[in-house]
Amino acid sequence: MEKAEQNTSNMSLPKSPTGIQGFDEITAGGLPAGRPTLVCGGAGCGKTLFGMEFLVRGATQFNEPGVFMSFEENNEELIINVASLGFELENLIKNKKIVLDHVHVERSEIEETGEYDLEALFIRLGYAIDSIGAKRVVLDTIESLFAGLPNQLILRAELRRLFRWLKDKGVTAVITGERGNETLTRQGLEEYVSDCVIMLDHRVTEQTSIRRLRVVKYRGSIHGTNEYPFLIDETGFSVLPVTSLGLEHIVSNERISSGIKALDDMLEGKGYYRGSTVLVSGTAGIGKTSIAAHFAEAACERGERVLYFCFEESPNQLMRNMLSIGIKLEPWVKKGLLKFQASRPTLYGLEMHLAVTHKFVNEFKPDIVILDPISTFDIGEKEFEVKTLLMRIIDFLKVNQITALFTNLTSAECSIESSDVRISSLIDTWLLLRDIELNGERNRGMYILKSRGMANSNQIREFVLTNHGVELRDVYIGASGVLTGSARIAQEALENSEVLTRKHEIELKKREIARKRRALEAKLATIRTDFGSEESEAIKIIEAEREMIKRLEQDKIEMAVSRKAKTRKNSTKNLKK
Amino acid sequence: MDLNSKERIKEKPKRVASDKWVLRLYVAGQTPKALTAFANLKKICEEQLKGKYSIEVIDLLKNPEKGAADQIFALPTLVRKLPVPVRKIIGDLSNTERVLIGLDLLPAD
Repeated sequence: MEKAEQNTSNMSLPKSPTGIQGFDEITAGGLPAGRPTLVCGGAGCGKTLFGMEFLVRGATQFNEPGVFMSFEENNEELIINVASLGFELENLIKNKKIVLDHVHVERSEIEETGEYDLEALFIRLGYAIDSIGAKRVVLDTIESLFAGLPNQLILRAELRRLFRWLKDKGVTAVITGERGNETLTRQGLEEYVSDCVIMLDHRVTEQTSIRRLRVVKYRGSIHGTNEYPFLIDETGFSVLPVTSLGLEHIVSNERISSGIKALDDMLEGKGYYRGSTVLVSGTAGIGKTSIAAHFAEAACERGERVLYFCFEESPNQLMRNMLSIGIKLEPWVKKGLLKFQASRPTLYGLEMHLAVTHKFVNEFKPDIVILDPISTFDIGEKEFEVKTLLMRIIDFLKVNQITALFTNLTSAECSIESSDVRISSLIDTWLLLRDIELNGERNRGMYILKSRGMANSNQIREFVLTNHGVELRDVYIGASGVLTGSARIAQEALENSEVLTRKHEIELKKREIARKRRALEAKLATIRTDFGSEESEAIKIIEAEREMIKRLEQDKIEMAVSRKAKTRKNSTKNLKK
Repeated sequence: MDLNSKERIKEKPKRVASDKWVLRLYVAGQTPKALTAFANLKKICEEQLKGKYSIEVIDLLKNPEKGAADQIFALPTLVRKLPVPVRKIIGDLSNTERVLIGLDLLPAD
């Protein structure tokens, strides 16, 4: 009641949160506090579990003890049944958080003799409520009384009184009821419990079962009106308020690497936006999973958490295959950063897939989610439904700032673009892998069909799987179109040889210059030697001339001496002077 | 039918004569229904089981915890604890024949 009063200030109707994942969101807070709620549905739809989880969560999370009055299963059965869902009832009972009371009604053991009422039930319930100060009550399934008690007039009057009494007690009650043919419940309980009616449904379409929940009515409160898929698993109930998501999610400017350097370069050198949705589509065997695996590995190397849903391969097979191209995923699985979730898409219905995705994402809290491939959802399903499913998944991931990478197998017959058209509007970055068949070869080409919010490369790149991962090569556009594979290699060889020839020519030119220089130098040397010999010749001639001059002088003197001896002495003296 | 049944009533007590009868009547306060039920029970027992029965009246208003043990949900309820098997009869016991059938003093046919 305290809780109810607190809530009144900001809400017109006080609500009692169930703690059931998703349910409180679609009912804007939970069940109407202090009032009875009818939960109806067919056999095996989860009514008892809904009631039980409401109590257990109330007792454990909201400190509201509860009474479970069962008309079908006895206490031991109940404890065992819900133990498989992770509820430890025995402890809660021991700690006076929950009281179980099994009301055994067996027609064959009962003899009706005249007037009676159900006061004993009220007393039992009242006693149980008071013994632990319960705020919550579940009656499961009160309709069993109709089978046990022949006098329906008394029963109906007493039920009306019971629900009134529950309201007066101020407990939030869940009353379960079996679904009737034309009415919500077999015995028309909706007549008595009219504040809130929740319908659970369990349908099988195309051999897969889908559980759905719908709030049929909720007096005095807004509520989601759709059928919401829900899930019962080892952690209990979870409802998916998927369609309530809008487009108001936070947008990140952060960029994260795709794990392939060349691909990052094509995306402004930075990679994908965080929180964006990436689609990798292509035909069979083209390497979609390899791109996904690269992305996963890169994310793990950054220390981010990756949740990888594989719908076609088992995790072990996938890891082995990726090892062959040098991507080691296993260490990351061991470190707990990478988690594989493998299941066949046909295992559950579409809604269930959504539910499962939600559940695992909420549990694992990944930074990156990979769905490989989404095309497998197509089996036997309508396009519209698949698109809705994907939209819900994308919305859900975006709101949680999770980067999503989907792979999509496209059939070879029709154009890749057209076969993906129904989901293209949901995708932020779309990588297209395609076969390029040329010269008797099948090669892989990749290009970015679109990438919102970035100036991406418009190039078609050849995409090669090597033993150290994916590599992107430049492709050559020749006269006959795009050159890939061996044609590309031939082209590369051609270009290489051209370069070689050029280099050769340069080499030749250089050598010629050297040769010319040598010739020039040789010439210079000869000229120099010629000049040298001429010079020495000239010097000799000069010497000879000087000798001649001396001899002439000598001759003159000797001539004078032969004429006058004294003169010869004087003249000799003169010569000496 | 009626004549036949009356003859059988006379036979029945002989067969169970050696047994001790333990009966419990659950009520919630001194309501008219409770009083009627007790009066009816007393009368039937005096007629059928004179000297070998005991009646315990349990008021759930005073002992609410006792309701669960005997699986009581309607009031008044008569429980035959002995002889086994346990039998339950709900209502104010105004239909004597049904009470006798319920107590196994009269075959149900």
